[in-house]
Amino acid sequence: MTSGVDLGRPQTQSVGSDEDVVRVRQLVRTVAVAVRLSLVDQTKVVTAASELARNTLVYGGGGTVEVTAIDNGRRPGIRIVFADSGPGIADLDLALTDGYTTGGGLGLGLSGARRLVDEFDVQTAPGQGTRITITKWSR
Amino acid sequence: MERVPILKIGNILLVSIQVDMSDQTAVALQEDLAERIVATGCHGVIIDITALDIVDSFVGRMLSTIASISRVLDAETVVVGMRPAVAITLVELGLSLNGIRTALNVERGMELIAIDRADDDHDDPDDDLVPEPTASP
Repeated sequence: MTSGVDLGRPQTQSVGSDEDVVRVRQLVRTVAVAVRLSLVDQTKVVTAASELARNTLVYGGGGTVEVTAIDNGRRPGIRIVFADSGPGIADLDLALTDGYTTGGGLGLGLSGARRLVDEFDVQTAPGQGTRITITKWSR
Repeated sequence: MERVPILKIGNILLVSIQVDMSDQTAVALQEDLAERIVATGCHGVIIDITALDIVDSFVGRMLSTIASISRVLDAETVVVGMRPAVAITLVELGLSLNGIRTALNVERGMELIAIDRADDDHDDPDDDLVPEPTASP
């Protein structure tokens, strides 16, 4: 599963199409397996990545996803950064509310993804794009 | 774009999703299934997601939509084979899969559809093999 992926450095995947969202899922899964996340945690982080990569595509107009295997000295983990230069999020609290959507989806992408990971950070401002960082640690 | 094949087995359409679907592939499946339900007159749809290692909100919504479309077209949908880790993740994500019937495997899904049709046909105990509906109710 890890063939072709150098875990020593961040892996970058551009997101410009539906197929790229699939590639993000596959990349995240490869790294999640490599850092020995449990099956349930692999599933959670891949699902969160799928939601956020789709947001990058649909709301951000495309962007990049960077996946890194990390280690805090006690346990390994995976860190994923989703970055776009889109319109940004004007009201982050509202955007993080279950069921709130501007795109015709279910409104679970951002709020749901936050529940599925250990650390969740959003940097955004209107006109400044959006940068979301998520982390999942091996237990 | 890949397309997910739809198999007809007796009076049931069986969809076994074996690929990591792009969103476009998922939308195409919705449309293909609606057409096949009408073309075949099948009364049951079984969607086997054994091979799916995640179900995100997009695929979850697709499953709900397929169930609704099928119902309008007089077919019952049963989603089968969900992995435990997928079920745990779906619930935590906040997806309830409203209106979707589930079964643990294809065999039980087929039983569920057969029981449904038998009930619809006035509980005739001989009708457990998904009979054609009679001319008038």
